[in-house]
Amino acid sequence: MHEMGIILHLAKTLEETAEQEKIQKITRVALEVGEVSGIMTDYFTDCWNYFRKKHPVLEEAELEILTIPAVTWCDSCKQTYPTVQYGRTCPHCGSGETWLLKGNECIIKEIEVEE
Amino acid sequence: MKIIELKETVTASNDRDAAVLRSELKEKGTLLINLMASPGAGKTTLLERTIRDLKDTHRIAVMEADVDSDVDAVRIEKIGAKAVQAHTDGMCHMDAGMTRRALEALGDEPFDLVVLENVGNLICPAEFDTGAGKCVMLLSVPEGDDKPLKYPLMFSVSDVLIITKTDVAPYFDFDFDACMARARKLNPNIQIFTVSAKTGEGFDAWEQWLSKAVSDWKE
Repeated sequence: MHEMGIILHLAKTLEETAEQEKIQKITRVALEVGEVSGIMTDYFTDCWNYFRKKHPVLEEAELEILTIPAVTWCDSCKQTYPTVQYGRTCPHCGSGETWLLKGNECIIKEIEVEE
Repeated sequence: MKIIELKETVTASNDRDAAVLRSELKEKGTLLINLMASPGAGKTTLLERTIRDLKDTHRIAVMEADVDSDVDAVRIEKIGAKAVQAHTDGMCHMDAGMTRRALEALGDEPFDLVVLENVGNLICPAEFDTGAGKCVMLLSVPEGDDKPLKYPLMFSVSDVLIITKTDVAPYFDFDFDACMARARKLNPNIQIFTVSAKTGEGFDAWEQWLSKAVSDWKE
């Protein structure tokens, strides 16, 4: 359900862009999806393939998902580490004073369009 | 073929709609509160008591968002506040567009405070800006003090955390200090209240905050 909600907004954002830029057809959409964004990419692609058929501008748009690795910053020892492997506890010093630097995002990087 | 760089978040269109709605509500002097919590945390019960206490001094309306049914809207109308039921058609959250339609359903009457009771869920509602002026979340004692660890985004986006059902605390191992410390670590500015809708404990502080938020919004 969550993936479908995001797809609705993605489609709306793309249709608005298409209207502004006078684009007839979008053929590829590249998304940057963070490892800990909570988006299940397989399910997300299935939702997209179902949904795009309903929109003339989007029906030929293939979804390309680029995974962004999640990185956490440790405020105690001032080092970074991979989030998925170690979670909230810093593997360098054992501190819990840690913050996610990236890996939570879902960004439309670029689109390919027919001229 | 031409490639256009966008670098926009997927929900950019929603964020824009939400910003427009928020400024329209600011203009009207209506504070919209996005009330979020898990199913059964006590959203409707908290609202019933709050409305009873504040309805003589504030014009209040409630928008109940659910996947189905209208049981919550019926409860709110019994207390004497205007309520509309917004169905999300299976969606797990409200977005700015759905919120605008629910506000339209409330009609042209002016309100000081409109509460959007979001779908019971600690995940998806946190990701979608509804256009609300303030986000308030509830966590009930039976749910456990570890929830800030499991649902960090909800605690990060909320202006207020209300810990509900404090009357049953003797029966649960809920560590209030640990819960508050976890929430503040995610969100140093979060306001925290502890209440029991059954005994009324803690409602004074929460209602004072709410009344002040309503008057501040009109400035």
